[in-house]
Amino acid sequence: MTLASLTKPWAPMSYGFLDASAKRELRRKMIKAVCVPGCQMPYASREVPMARGWGTGGLQVSLTLIHPQMRVKVIDQGADDSVNAASIRRFLARVSGAPATLDTLEADLIQSRHRIPEEILREDQVLVLQVPNPEPLRSVQPNMSIARQMHGDADYGRMWLQLYEQIVRSGRVMQGASYPSMVNGRHVMTPSPIPRWDVPKLHMAQHLTILSAGREKRIFAVPPYTRVEPLVFDDVPYRVEEHGGLTCYRSGAKGFFMNEIPQGDGSSAYEVSDSEYGVKAIRTRDGEAIETGETWYKNGEMPQ
Amino acid sequence: MTLTLDAPRIVKTAPLVQIRGVNKSYGSVVALRDVAATVYPGEVLGIVGESGSGKSTLLRMMNLEETPDAGSYTLDLPDLDGNLFDLDRFARRMLCATRIGIVYQNPHLGLLMRHSSSGNVAERLLVAGERRFAVLREKAREALAASEFPLERLDAPPIELSGGMQQRVQLAKAIALEPALLLLDEPTTGLDVSVQALVLDTLKRLQRDRHITMVIVSHDLGVIRTLADRVMVMRRGEVVEVGLADQIFQDPQHPYTQQLVHAKL
Repeated sequence: MTLASLTKPWAPMSYGFLDASAKRELRRKMIKAVCVPGCQMPYASREVPMARGWGTGGLQVSLTLIHPQMRVKVIDQGADDSVNAASIRRFLARVSGAPATLDTLEADLIQSRHRIPEEILREDQVLVLQVPNPEPLRSVQPNMSIARQMHGDADYGRMWLQLYEQIVRSGRVMQGASYPSMVNGRHVMTPSPIPRWDVPKLHMAQHLTILSAGREKRIFAVPPYTRVEPLVFDDVPYRVEEHGGLTCYRSGAKGFFMNEIPQGDGSSAYEVSDSEYGVKAIRTRDGEAIETGETWYKNGEMPQ
Repeated sequence: MTLTLDAPRIVKTAPLVQIRGVNKSYGSVVALRDVAATVYPGEVLGIVGESGSGKSTLLRMMNLEETPDAGSYTLDLPDLDGNLFDLDRFARRMLCATRIGIVYQNPHLGLLMRHSSSGNVAERLLVAGERRFAVLREKAREALAASEFPLERLDAPPIELSGGMQQRVQLAKAIALEPALLLLDEPTTGLDVSVQALVLDTLKRLQRDRHITMVIVSHDLGVIRTLADRVMVMRRGEVVEVGLADQIFQDPQHPYTQQLVHAKL
């Protein structure tokens, strides 16, 4: 027996880019995060070949979870084809050998920036969200040590103060994205800047959601079948964006979250924000036999 | 016709606040030495003393912001017993939010300057668990009206308001939950004399209407004389004299009190 036979052959980097100890730490922190839903777990965010703030947190989680049989989908604001999404997808495929996909139904791992796909995710799927600012209390308590104490005490009164201020100033809740939500009745989290439209999708969802902030070095999670309740006043109901009645000008899909596209004459056209869902709608319209999954929203309404 | 007089209120009732044997030192500086104080329900206790006499430290302890090295503090309320200094942080926060109101000399300590005035008052109610917008709005309006705040500026942030108005917002915030004990830390210091008089008027009217138990700390004997029923004189962390306000001002016993009263009047 030689020493060489006991060691692995030389490779330019570890499988999945991150070294084994980094992945071990991330796995442990993810388990912790799943055990205490919505609670932010600090972790040592590693360097990845991408600037902080471009999804390094989500990328590290994806690199830890990935294996060669896992099909990966990456979206950026709902689109599969944006530069950011395309390069993260290519990077993940290159360092892991995992096949990439665009289809939400096929994907095992979905890394997303600021959107949750329109098709319902299953128990065997994992959604990884990139989080720029994981601390919901930051706007009301700039001192992070005190904010952590407030999380410990479940002292969230000031979150409602923020909503109060918005209603007083503007007559309605102005919080568009990152709507603060109570997870499992205990921790308030910011669900990354997903629109209000997407927050009800997390409530009692079948899939696991992991949210990771690379720059801020925090991981938190929403395990399957966990309550996620947006903070509201008892007499002011939660309202999602009024996109239920809009129709996509390219695919004709109706009742989904839309991107507004300003037109030359001052009007607006709308297209489905979830680009792959739009593609599926077009292909179905053209007579192709492809499988489209159940959607969370039906006719622009979220069934209770 | 014979007139029968009731015994004075103070004699009949048990004290609301009892503080015993409080000691506190910061390093080698002794801030409080064996301080005891009693406050009866519905009365106003004035604490006077020069700068550094420990009066503000004592008030901060009554608001449970600081813990002493030794001593006990009890509030005579239905569901509360034992030494309040032993409460954990959570219980302390709930107690401060619901039972004790405080007005600081510096409004920046007590107010969120960039939020609206009504929001500042609503924060108190939110911490206590109120989650109905309409109720919050109505109660904030009531509390601000009670502290004679001009209601057309309900939603102006305190940073845009004058000093007197800021103190009124602090006062509204303090009384919003009808606290058992209202603490005032130099509430009128830094205001000009006419505004000071108006704020004192408001305080006096509130006291008359609601019988709130108050502890007011001031180095201004005029303020204490206007408001307080009883006066406690402090010097170098010790209580030198306690008595009815009139007695202290007309017939001071301790040499330091004599000096203080004569310096003023």
